[in-house]
Amino acid sequence: MVENCLNVFGCLLIFFMLPLLYRAVVGPTTIDRMIGVNIIGTKTTILLLIIGLLFHRIDMFIDLALTYALLNFLASLAAARLLERLGRGKEHESLIRVEAGGKKS
Amino acid sequence: MTVYIGLFLMATGLVFFLGTVLGVHRFPDCYTRMHGAAKGDTLSSILFILGILLVSIDGFGIETMVRTAKLWFIIFFLFIASPAASHALVAAGFRRGVVPWKPGNASEKVEAGEPS
Repeated sequence: MVENCLNVFGCLLIFFMLPLLYRAVVGPTTIDRMIGVNIIGTKTTILLLIIGLLFHRIDMFIDLALTYALLNFLASLAAARLLERLGRGKEHESLIRVEAGGKKS
Repeated sequence: MTVYIGLFLMATGLVFFLGTVLGVHRFPDCYTRMHGAAKGDTLSSILFILGILLVSIDGFGIETMVRTAKLWFIIFFLFIASPAASHALVAAGFRRGVVPWKPGNASEKVEAGEPS
């Protein structure tokens, strides 16, 4: 009964990720895409823990989930920093300036 | 008994995650989307991990204690990291010049500097 419930919860998590995937694909701005990707990454942590419960290998999957949470947080911070550094104005010129000089825009 | 409490907590987290999904899908611009995303995402993740913690408890061995400590560390980390990442993303969008939504303009493609 417990494993059936866990199966249903995992399938519902994947099913609820689909609108987020839609937002990550057709989001009007870049920040919207990053929001969708960030939430999908956080829920993948939960999904890894549920898979660990279903496989009776939770001791191994906890470490994977912990690593995935850390990587997701770092990826979000790095993407936010990059988007902030690209700045307003034309994106291509900012990108070239950052690549050439490396100084703050 | 703890198993059923854990399953109930996971169902509650699923409800909050549904709210998050609806907020991200339906709100007009990225600030309101992140308003829906940050809080619901954090709370549903914490409820899910608490439910997994209660489901995975068996006995009082050293393995259960280590597993529970790791899960509490994931909860603590998500409680710090998820709002921080959300704030960083929205601050980057604000400094990048994303125009906030007003009830007048129907268009959603309002980011300044988007080549499109």
